[in-house]
Parts: sequence; C-alpha cells; structure tokens
Amino acid sequence: MAEGMSWGRWPRHEQRIVPLKSRFEPVPDLPPVLPYGNGRSYGDVCLNAGGTLLATRALDRLIAFDPASGVLECEAGVLLSEIIALLLPRGWFPAVSPGTAFVTVGGAIANDVHGKNHHRVGSFGHHVLGFELLRSDGTVRQCSADNHPDWFRATLGGLGLTGLIRKASLRLRPVASPWIEGDSQRFQSLADFFALTAASDRDYEYTVAWLDCAAGARHRGRGVFMRGNHAPARASNGGAATLATSRRSSSLRVPMTPPISPFCSASVRLFNSFYFHRRAAQQPHMSWHYQDFHFPLDRILEWNRLYGPRGFFQYQCALPDAAAKPALSEMLELIGRARAGSCLSVLKKFGAMPSLGLMSFARPGVTLALDFPNDGARTLQLLESLDAITREAGGAVYPAKDARMSASSFRRYFPAWEQFQRYIDPKFSSSFWRRVTET
Amino acid sequence: MKRILLVGATSAIAEAAAREFAARGDALFLLARNAAAVQAIADDLRLRGAAQVASASFDAREFQSFPALIDAAVQRLGGLDQALIAHGTLTDQSAGAASPELLRADFETNALSVMALSLLLARYFSAQGHGVIAAISSVAGERGRQSNYLYGAAKAAVSTFLSGLRQQLYAKGVRVVTIKPGFVSTPMTAAFRKGLLWASPARVARDIVRAMDRGTPVIYTPWFWRPVMALVRFVPESVFRRARL
Repeated sequence: MAEGMSWGRWPRHEQRIVPLKSRFEPVPDLPPVLPYGNGRSYGDVCLNAGGTLLATRALDRLIAFDPASGVLECEAGVLLSEIIALLLPRGWFPAVSPGTAFVTVGGAIANDVHGKNHHRVGSFGHHVLGFELLRSDGTVRQCSADNHPDWFRATLGGLGLTGLIRKASLRLRPVASPWIEGDSQRFQSLADFFALTAASDRDYEYTVAWLDCAAGARHRGRGVFMRGNHAPARASNGGAATLATSRRSSSLRVPMTPPISPFCSASVRLFNSFYFHRRAAQQPHMSWHYQDFHFPLDRILEWNRLYGPRGFFQYQCALPDAAAKPALSEMLELIGRARAGSCLSVLKKFGAMPSLGLMSFARPGVTLALDFPNDGARTLQLLESLDAITREAGGAVYPAKDARMSASSFRRYFPAWEQFQRYIDPKFSSSFWRRVTET
Repeated sequence: MKRILLVGATSAIAEAAAREFAARGDALFLLARNAAAVQAIADDLRLRGAAQVASASFDAREFQSFPALIDAAVQRLGGLDQALIAHGTLTDQSAGAASPELLRADFETNALSVMALSLLLARYFSAQGHGVIAAISSVAGERGRQSNYLYGAAKAAVSTFLSGLRQQLYAKGVRVVTIKPGFVSTPMTAAFRKGLLWASPARVARDIVRAMDRGTPVIYTPWFWRPVMALVRFVPESVFRRARL
C-alpha cells in the first residue's frame, strides 16, 4: 500500500499501485481497480482508497501516425506534452489542449477534457476517432462512433470506470508554427466579458479570460481577456524553421512543500492586482509561445506544492447562458465576502456543440474555474454555497476537479449517471464514484 | 547514423536508451523474449525517428542461437557499430537459494549469456577495427549483501568479465562500457515518488548513451553512486558482515 495523491493534494488515500508494463497485459485481479495516468485530476476521480490503481504511464508507445490526415494512434499512457514534442516539429498539434500538457491520452478521454477552443471545436472527445477498451473479464472492444457507439459514449468522460483504455486514435490539427498570435485586453465588468467573448468567438480559435476575484466590490468582475489563433509560418517568428526548434525545456520546480502556504488573502489580492495592471494585460498585438499560452503553469513543475501541506480545492462549474451572468455575480460576491479570492480564476465561454460523452462536463454556457487553499471547514462551506448557486442555475461541477461535491449535487449535475452505471466494469471503482453514489 | 544492437530491448532501461537512439536517427536491431512487446516497441521507435528498426525474439539461455542472431543484426542493418546488452532477471534471493535449478537458470541469464554474447560481438568488432560493447551490470555486484547476493554475484561476474575484455580489446579499437545503475524506478508518477535514490529509466538511459558514444570504461548512473559505492567497498568485511543489508 502506498499513499496516492491527486493534483490538489487532498484527499490522500492509501491504495495499492500496480504499474502496467505493456498494453498486452490483462487487468490484474485486484478489485476494485482504477486506471491512473499522470495524476493531474485535482480531487479523487483518480484515487481508489483501499483498492488498486493501475498506473498506465508506461503504456507510452506510439503505434501509427498518418502524416496526410494527422491521425495518431498511441497507447493510453502517452502524455500530450510528448505528442507535442514529437509531432509539433512535423506540423501537428493536439486538436484540444487542456490547461496542462502533462495529462495522458487515457486521462483526457476519461475526463473528456476541454480547452480554450471549445467554442470552435468542442472537447477532446470530438477528436477521438476510437479507442480499445479492455474489461476485467478479458473482453476487448474497439469503440468508435460507429463501433460500439454506446461504449464509446460511456467511456468518453467515463472517469476510467468502464474499463481500461489501452490505446486510442486521435485526430491532430495542422499548425505552421509554435506561436499563437492575438491580443490581450482588460475588461472592467462581467458584462464587458460577455460582450468581448461574443465579439471574439467567431474570429479567434482560442479565447479565455482571467478574472480578478480578489477585487473589492467596486472592481468586481474585472479581468483580462486573451484571444488568439495559431500563427502562420513567417519570417518574423522564424518561419517553418521554428517548428524544428519548438521545444523549450527550461522550467522551474517547486522543490518542497512550504509548511505554510504563501497564499493568504493579502498576497492573493496583491498578486491579482499586479496581474490585472501589468503592462502585458493590455496589448493589441501579442505573440505567445504555445507553452506560455496553453500551459503557462507547466513551466513551474509541481506548483501545486505552493498550496502547502493541506493542499487545495479547485472549483470549476459550467453555467447555462441564461443564468450565467447573475450566477457569476453572486459567486464573485460570495467569494469577496469570504475574502477567499483565488489567483487562478479562469472564465471561458463554452460553445454550443454538445459533448459526445454520456458523463461529459462541457456543455453550452460559461465555465468558471477557481482555486482555493484548503482552509478546512471554512473552505468546504464556501464551496457548498457556490454549489447552491450552480444547482440553482442548472449548471454542473467538473468531476475532474472535484473532491467534495455532495452526492445529491452530483446526481443533479449528471442526470445520466444511472444510465452510465450499466457500463461500469464490475471490478472497477474510484473514491470519487463511491463518494457520489454510495452516500 | 549508428547501427546498434539492443539485447533485452523490452527492459525499461533499454527501451529508454532506444528512444534516445531513435531521436537521433540511428538504425536499431532489437532482441527480446516477448515478440508482441518488442514489435510494439519497434513501431514506436520508428515513429520517434529511428532510421530503421528490425527485431527478433531471443531466449537468453539458448546460447547456440546467438551467432545467428548477431549475423541477422549485421545483415539487416548492413553492419554494426554498437551493442547494448540489457537483458536480465532480478533473482529472488530466497527462491534462488532454495532451488539449484533456478540458481543455475538465473546465473545463465544474468552472467553467462552476457559473456557469450560479448565474446561473439568482440570477434566481430575486432575484425572491423571499431565498435562499442556496453553491458548493464549493477551496483549490486560491488559487494555481496545478504538480501540479494545471488543477483549480485552474477553482476560481479559480469563486471569482472567486462574489465578483462576491455583490456583485451583496447588495442583493437573496440570500447567496452560497464554500466552500473543504482535504483531505477519503473515509469511512475510524481505522486508516488520513491525517494531521492531512485532514478527514472530515461535519466539512466541518457547517461548510458553518452558513455557509449565516449567509450567510457565504467559508469555509475546516476553519478552519485560512484562515491557511495566507493565508501561501501571501503568498509572492512569484519564490519560489513554485521550489517543487515
């Protein structure tokens, strides 16, 4: 038994860890089992207290790549960062990039992750052509939109519970350079954000906003809106030649967990104010390296340690358009009153494209992501009040980020859960799943 | 482009080294017991940039098959520049101590097969006047510890053998590299890191590839095992025998 942690470093559970060595192995008979990729989900969807985690990172072989169509077949433990390192020099990039490139393909499918281009291309699942699913009884299914479509839909966003994804085929998107070109601008209110995003979503593949949620009542709803497109190859950015040298390896690492988190109400306020006022927040022409645009935090390895030994909570909700504006205002007010503002508050418009997975999180509307240091009952209470607003608005909370939502909230957010239960492998389970269905 | 033979190519260290070779466009011939697993690795290495990847299945205890396998590698790659011998099995101390058959089987795999292969490669490389033979020994071979001296004895045999072979081949332009890894973790995640002494196969592989290119006689990987093992060797046997290691 070893202690396993997720990205939020809370909760921590004891579980057996069995590394899989190749995709030809059967599912070990150590129920309940749960596939574990790179541990980048925040709460307990990747934990299995008292059970077994099947570590899939060693299933990291590429199987086939078609340079004409950009279709990559690979094992489920391959990281998106590895795909980028290998295939960006050949002019290809993941069709959907979540906030970190250190996620496995299997994890991206199991959580049906989304990126800053959701309004244009949907979520990760929209670019998965198919995958191979191994059940604990030895059955192997090749799942796609045409083949076992019900299993395909259940496994996209299925939190690893429907069986072990051994390999997958992904459609990548062609790019001409590693750069993202666009602009960055401050906005003063939520209304301004909605106007900006409505005006930008047609011409920009990537749009995202950072929100200053530590701002006082007078500035509430202010933030920085960023938008961009993959830049064409041209001399100013090194042309096609930059593709070959597009790997940047320099990164910092947080060497240890500080005994006390440096994030307190004052430092968070200060950081937010600085971030809002810094010069780069208002730039009519921006050119970002893809790492800085898509994965800024990947430059600081193990940044999650900064939240101290007690870890942190991430709260990400999706809110339908009709209720979004009042619900967001209410949330910001609540957070302001609790003096619990977070540094990394992200606001993003989801597109209208329905997700393919039975249990997918992304849905038409707006999504807000916040993180909070774990301050015990006080934080849990705040998150529960945020949930009340999300429930009222008819929204949902993202399981990949969650460690605490109640069973009744979960069932309300994901009414398909009963239908989904039929597809769960009898020998698979997770701490998350037990928490939201057995209580 | 180098033409490289990898023996025991499905081992985590060998596969990691193969990825380094592939990334720089080398041509590779892989030998491993499990045909399906080695095929999957070959496909992967091709996509990672290897100029050519061929493979054959191999049983470390079938010594009589070795000459034909080396011939096959030379034929397929059109010659051979380097070889990395990385196969092996971690002998279970108590099982090996209880079963003379297992003792023999594991010693054949971990020591004798490495010698047999190295001698065949030595003949080929001597004739062409250049080449690198690298084999994975272990820090476990430096000193017998009660918890794993059967494995350690086989690795000690390999280290001593390679030392003699290195002398013999030096004048012929052939380099012999003894690789002594410390604790190598399987690819796991940061959440389950085992401690500072454990190194990733990728880290160890980078050291190996550099040593093979330079013809370094003996490498410890990661490097800190060199001073650590110097200290361990320095402890007199009258003291060492009391230790519970």
